[in-house]
Amino acid sequence: MPELLIELFSEEIPARMQAKACEDLRKLVTDGLVEAGLTYAGASAYATPRRLTLVVADLLAASAPVREERKGPRADAPDKAIEGFLRATGLTRDQLETRETKKGDVLFAVIERPGRPASDIVAQVLERVIRNFPWPKSMRWGAGSLRWVRPLHRIVCLLKDDEGAQIVPLEVDGIRAGNETEGHRFLSSGSITVAGFDDYAAKLKKAHVVLDPQARAEHIRADAENAAFASGLEVLDDPALLREVAGLVEWPVVLMGDIAEDFLSLPPEVLQTSMREHQKFFSVLDPKTGQIVRFVTVANTETSDHGATILAGNQKVLAARLADAKFFWENDLRVAKAGMTPWRDSLANVTFQHELGSQAARIDRIAALARELAPEVAAEPDAAALAAELAKADLSSEMVYEFPELQGVMGRYYIVEAGHPQDVADVARDHYAPLGPTDVVPTAPLSVVVALADKLDTLTGFWVIDEKPTGSKDPYALRRAALGVIRIVLENKLRLRLDKYADLAILRHKLDMARPNGSDSELTALEDLLHEIADHGVFGAAVRTVLERIGKTDDDAGAVLSGLEKKVPDLSDDLLSFFHDRLKVYLRDRRVPHDVIDACLAMPGNDDLWLVVSRAEALAEVLATEDGENLLQGFKRANNILAQAEEADGVEYSFGADLKFVEHEAEKALFEALEKADAVIQPALAAEDFRSAMTAMAALRPQVDAFFEAVQVNSENQVLRRNRLNMLSRIRAVCLQVADLHRIGG
Amino acid sequence: MTTPRSFQEIILRLQNYWAAQGCAVLQPYDMEVGAGTFHPATTLRALGSNAWAAAYVQPSRRPTDGRYGENPNRLQHYYQYQVIIKPSPPDLQELYLGSLEAIGIDASLHDIRFVEDDWESPTLGAWGLGWEVWCDGMEVSQFTYFQQVGGHDCAPVTGELTYGLERLAMYVLGVDHVMDMPFNDPQTPIPLTYGDVFRQTEQEYSRWNFDVADTDVLLRHFEEAEAECARILEAPAEDPKTGNRIIMVHPAYDQCIKASHIFNLLDARGVISVTERQAYIGRVRTLSKACADAFVQTEAGGWTPEPA
Repeated sequence: MPELLIELFSEEIPARMQAKACEDLRKLVTDGLVEAGLTYAGASAYATPRRLTLVVADLLAASAPVREERKGPRADAPDKAIEGFLRATGLTRDQLETRETKKGDVLFAVIERPGRPASDIVAQVLERVIRNFPWPKSMRWGAGSLRWVRPLHRIVCLLKDDEGAQIVPLEVDGIRAGNETEGHRFLSSGSITVAGFDDYAAKLKKAHVVLDPQARAEHIRADAENAAFASGLEVLDDPALLREVAGLVEWPVVLMGDIAEDFLSLPPEVLQTSMREHQKFFSVLDPKTGQIVRFVTVANTETSDHGATILAGNQKVLAARLADAKFFWENDLRVAKAGMTPWRDSLANVTFQHELGSQAARIDRIAALARELAPEVAAEPDAAALAAELAKADLSSEMVYEFPELQGVMGRYYIVEAGHPQDVADVARDHYAPLGPTDVVPTAPLSVVVALADKLDTLTGFWVIDEKPTGSKDPYALRRAALGVIRIVLENKLRLRLDKYADLAILRHKLDMARPNGSDSELTALEDLLHEIADHGVFGAAVRTVLERIGKTDDDAGAVLSGLEKKVPDLSDDLLSFFHDRLKVYLRDRRVPHDVIDACLAMPGNDDLWLVVSRAEALAEVLATEDGENLLQGFKRANNILAQAEEADGVEYSFGADLKFVEHEAEKALFEALEKADAVIQPALAAEDFRSAMTAMAALRPQVDAFFEAVQVNSENQVLRRNRLNMLSRIRAVCLQVADLHRIGG
Repeated sequence: MTTPRSFQEIILRLQNYWAAQGCAVLQPYDMEVGAGTFHPATTLRALGSNAWAAAYVQPSRRPTDGRYGENPNRLQHYYQYQVIIKPSPPDLQELYLGSLEAIGIDASLHDIRFVEDDWESPTLGAWGLGWEVWCDGMEVSQFTYFQQVGGHDCAPVTGELTYGLERLAMYVLGVDHVMDMPFNDPQTPIPLTYGDVFRQTEQEYSRWNFDVADTDVLLRHFEEAEAECARILEAPAEDPKTGNRIIMVHPAYDQCIKASHIFNLLDARGVISVTERQAYIGRVRTLSKACADAFVQTEAGGWTPEPA
């Protein structure tokens, strides 16, 4: 069976796009072939900087003919009906067959579509794929209208069988498919005629092109490791860089070069970042010291001087880059050693966000919040505030201006140079975390405090100016910030009333925004309010205390204060529900069902994320047991009967059942079980031992089931009925203190 | 091919090479610009359907890059070599590699690479796809296929090559500090280095750019240029004096260039905040878009009179 070879030869394809382009080519072509009736045994795609290649093995030589019969109207049907059938089938009247059926003479259409040869189908599919290829960015060139990632020059499209290789006739925007390609841009010249995949791969290899990206990456890895090993060194593992570099060369040649002595004292992160980002060099370490001492670059060519000129050029470029870096480092060290004051001052002129003020104002707010948060994680408040004040100072440094990805990393060095303790310095590096869902969460108390304060300040700020994420738009990465807060709280098992800190942060934003126009007395009142919340943690009470103290009523509280009493809690609630949404996503990934989380979020204290999650996990666990599942049904049944009765009677049956009206053994047993369960559940809940509380609740199941089996609740005897309804009410009350089971589905 | 011996020899070789490829060798535009792209031979000629091929040196100014002539690689005034061909020929990469050979870069000894680099000019409302060209790890040129200029789709597409002349020449000549680079042939009776020609001006302009330029005057000039650009383009197409259709695109575009350079100066003086920056860039873009809109209404921009 034929083999199909396709090569799309173009100018240099960006390295980052090659892997997906391979996969897209493979999938789009093979899907198209299969859809047109051509099945195959296997397909592989490859990319180099200048080509995308697909080989499909054992393709059908032609699609199978199709015979289809369709039943039409009766032969004596009105003309209109017959015309409609002819249109639908594309046949003429005399092509239809008339057959006798039980319903009389009926018209039949027999449509036969012959099989199509593979070359027809391939030509059609490939043209469609080229014209609609999903490049992340594509372009036009010359005077043509075709779009490709960069100008497309050649198309190889061959079907090879025992008789030899045939060019598939195909032309796209003036480019005619053929059997010729080109080798390496510099190490080969002229075109190469190919006759199938094996021939193609072998001839490319001779023309200095390694077709398979994985083979190139493996070659680079092995050569780099060998070169380093020969000098007693190690290459720093960097899979992403390896993939990228393998996409920049067709004929990888590994060269190891020196870093001038002058630069070896730079922090390793600086060396690595500068070499990686600007030059795409691998770092080579001395395993004895852990220091970066050399580099590996990967050339795309072999030269008569074995790469000496290339290496000399690369070393020169690196030296210029590192000279810049060293200049920045030394200038920065001078500022750092003198206490970093100019950096902190200059942050007053850097806008964080135009409504939310400068970076300096932001840092002040974060420091104040960090001070308030510190006791929650047994951190020293002064140290927390200091760490927060210093953590972003490096944003003004020259090094971070040049390499934004080194923010925090540089700060850590500079803060130590400024004479501060290492744990304060570490906060600079660690407080940005976690950035992604798998990023490591800070655990050192100071870093935890500042990381939380930073994220809460950002979230509340954008809530205050109403720039919340909508749909797929989240330009300020607020979802990531909220998930960061959630992960820090949960993974550090922090007990935190988020509401209080959200209120504080919101109020602090309001205070900052009021500063330019607010009256002195209003600003003082706002500051008092902040202190009250910090002390008592309850917004409404704090507002009233402050208003009383300044002798004002709600009505004449002033422009800034008025409305705050309602607005701040609204914002805070809205932000809390955003946290809850992110928490649901987080827990869904950990297989806690949505309705279980809802049942726990409906309970008091839902701004304490650890509490919510503990409750949810215990509930999910109990509901997964047979007792739990059945008890839930019992609860629902009790609740339904009760709700109907309460609605009909217009009363709430919450007086408690009376043992003296108990008629049935099952009633008595349930009555006692409820007493017993309650005696376990209440203290367990008070101790936040949700597992024991839920287990005790689930243990009610046999008595609840027996009760419903034996007892008719809606008895003719009104006394008995009321007592039983009160019993159901007990079930409901006992269960609802554990979680809001109304919200559990199924 | 021999190795060139001076900065000017590299320029002359590029001029000869591209002249031999059929480019019109133009002269620099007589205004202060941030890059060769601002020359109307690039920005405006990339628009419309007329074919075009030109090459030129363009002195370029980036006030924020001034280092008083002390930094080995950074200058506030430097030269770009610009090649612009429309429609982009299919062998543009090979033509480009030929130009490297012409200035003494032997592809059999060096590692020349095309590394993804998409180009975007927010002030020109322009973007294109292409590469930065690396020679032994050093960026020596920008290679761009223009897709849009002034908000207009480029059809046909223009291919643009931009060489950073000082950096390229330093590499070819093996010089480590730009000021040490021979400007003319070192064997002549009066050999001059780049420093002999430009060290003092770098100092003077660095001081003026950073500390002395009168920002109030500059701000006023910016607004005047902006207003004048708009006023020029508002004039009716038909010239009342000659009765001819004369749309004054180039005079208007000069004002756009002026506004752009003044913005760069204000930026170097540190009087533009991050937020204002975007607003200024937007104002310049409005001007360049208006010029582009006007250019495609002219004959050079592909406009043809309706047949009577």
